[in-house]
Amino acid sequence: MTVTNLKLISEREDRFVEGHRLCAGCAEPIIARQVLMATEKPIVVSNATGCFEVSTSNYPFTSWNVPWIHSAFENAAATISGVEAAYNALKRKGKIKEDIRFVTFGGDGATYDIGFQAISGAIERGHHFLYICLNNEAYMNTGIQRSGATSMGASTTTCPAGTCVPGKREFPKDLTKIIIAHDLPYAAQASPHNFKDLIEKAGKGFEANGPAFINVIAPCPRGWRFDSAKTIEISKLAVETCLWPLYEFENGKWQLTGDSRRIAEGGKKQLPITDWLKSQGRFSHLTKEKWAGVVVEIQKNVDKKWGELLKLCKQ
Amino acid sequence: MAIIAMNGDQAIALSWRQIDPDVVAAYPITPQTIIVEQFSEFVADGLVNTEFVCAESEHSALSICIGSAASGARTATATASAGLAFMWEVLYVASAMRLPIVMAVANRALSGPINIHCDHSDSMGARDSGWIQLYGENVQEAYDNSLMAFRIAEHPEVRLPIMTCLDGFIVTHSLERFEPLPDDVVKQFVGEFKYRRSLLDVSKPVSMGPFDGTDYYYEHKYAQVEAMRRTIPVINSVAKDFAKLTGREYQLIEPYKLEDADYAVMAMGSTAGTLKETVDELRAEGKKVGSIKLRLFRPFPSAELMKMLEGLKGVAVMDRAISIGASGPLFPEVRSALYEAKHRPKLSNYIYGLGGRDVRPEELRSVYNDLMSGSGETVNYLGVRA
Repeated sequence: MTVTNLKLISEREDRFVEGHRLCAGCAEPIIARQVLMATEKPIVVSNATGCFEVSTSNYPFTSWNVPWIHSAFENAAATISGVEAAYNALKRKGKIKEDIRFVTFGGDGATYDIGFQAISGAIERGHHFLYICLNNEAYMNTGIQRSGATSMGASTTTCPAGTCVPGKREFPKDLTKIIIAHDLPYAAQASPHNFKDLIEKAGKGFEANGPAFINVIAPCPRGWRFDSAKTIEISKLAVETCLWPLYEFENGKWQLTGDSRRIAEGGKKQLPITDWLKSQGRFSHLTKEKWAGVVVEIQKNVDKKWGELLKLCKQ
Repeated sequence: MAIIAMNGDQAIALSWRQIDPDVVAAYPITPQTIIVEQFSEFVADGLVNTEFVCAESEHSALSICIGSAASGARTATATASAGLAFMWEVLYVASAMRLPIVMAVANRALSGPINIHCDHSDSMGARDSGWIQLYGENVQEAYDNSLMAFRIAEHPEVRLPIMTCLDGFIVTHSLERFEPLPDDVVKQFVGEFKYRRSLLDVSKPVSMGPFDGTDYYYEHKYAQVEAMRRTIPVINSVAKDFAKLTGREYQLIEPYKLEDADYAVMAMGSTAGTLKETVDELRAEGKKVGSIKLRLFRPFPSAELMKMLEGLKGVAVMDRAISIGASGPLFPEVRSALYEAKHRPKLSNYIYGLGGRDVRPEELRSVYNDLMSGSGETVNYLGVRA
């Protein structure tokens, strides 16, 4: 079992340190630190191109206290496959003694879109690694362009809300379920507001004895247009509206966790999606009468997906 | 060791079995497939201790090699044509990270139109990627280049990735007699892989592939330039060691009957063999002709080439690739290398053999005839139907 005793965790050496250039209020370093705290084993990190990579590795500086590699945008999963293959070969030959864990960080663009094939291939091949998707629902590093993870109704720079178009017209693909369809040992959705849940999931991912995947909602103050002090509040709201349910798929078994479990068991009330939409500037146009139908559609989809998930989790 | 018969792909696979790399990651593409198939059999039968990764694409295959080589593992791959084109982005990453990956390239035309046969468009397209490029004429050379490639790429003065190119089908699929080295001799020649930094050295964490701004990018590119410059003496010294072991001597550029020649034709890959045959025929007729085989395209051996070509009356450069709107890619490099020469030969360019079109001895003879009669354009298209 993973130790989620805060006192113990806080005493561990920081693997990701200050000095990076990510925006104030960015969820990514919060998530990364939680993930890196989830194991005491030595770690090697691969990182896809994106905000997280450019802001933490500006040569000659680095925020990484663990071995870290960046190669390109779409190949972080392939890169870690190669690291893990080398590890297996060198361990077999007695050239490496340590018991090392491997983790990949990629944004939603790198994960849902351009790097999807590499992730699928790496999971199919069964490499032992944990993939963390830092899902801020758009290409933030290039200036807030839509991705396959962008929510319906969100205004981005390539699906701007206009007089004729209400922002993005499509729902995001359900990547976590697509990954689960690979029948891998471990997959989950998580949120940085519930650090205990996220750290436990990352711990399970590290010890999955095969490929593991965690999709983490990563609110972006710049792209989502909210006060940078509210990152954790917003990530909590994503879960409370059931837009971003917390759950895990462990050795074939689906299970809700955290607030999502409490909502399913009636211990907590599901909040309306309007609370979510009102909290961020990217949805501000949806308050117009004209787009009332879009809001209804979004709520309907949230309820439909939540209902499906309840069945899968036998709740 | 005894002379045996194998095709070029099998010979590459054999060299890898003898070297037993830590990691091989590849994706199948004609005419490279026999390499990975054969190597898979070695893995299946426990003849190698290699971690063999069947990637889901060439882009991932090379990305896996990057992760592997960055982790201090001796790493090899193979591809061709569209596969090499698909790797294009990460070719530059591999060389910039100074990773000594060895890649066999079974030269094949690029789409479109789609075509599976030999030309050099694939590796010529990768000429600016910072990889060393060696070209082999036949199965023996494909094998020998493969052995020498590991020594060259991994040399501490170099630490650059290398392509060993062999003509698709013509070399990859043709059975030829050749003489491999005994396993233990290969192991001794290639030696242990000594990496500089490894991601797996968790006690000394390193950040590889960081974001490089306007203040350092240029210097890092220049470091690659300097490493490439140091490569030529290393290639020569490795070839010297190899010659001591085998008696087979390899130069960067190989002249054939050039001593008293007035005219010469120059090519890379298997056509260099056909050229020798043509030279023999013309010599029998009393013509003072020779031929030149270029084994090393990157780094481009300009100084050596100038020395060899200076004083000839005419030289035709054969290009099995084309830069549409200009000429063949080899031609301008040869012409540029000769600019400082005191006695420059007349130079012409022959585009030939695109998409695997056979080049027959009588066609090569016509090139010599053009040279000797002073006819022909600066850029010519050999054997094309107008």
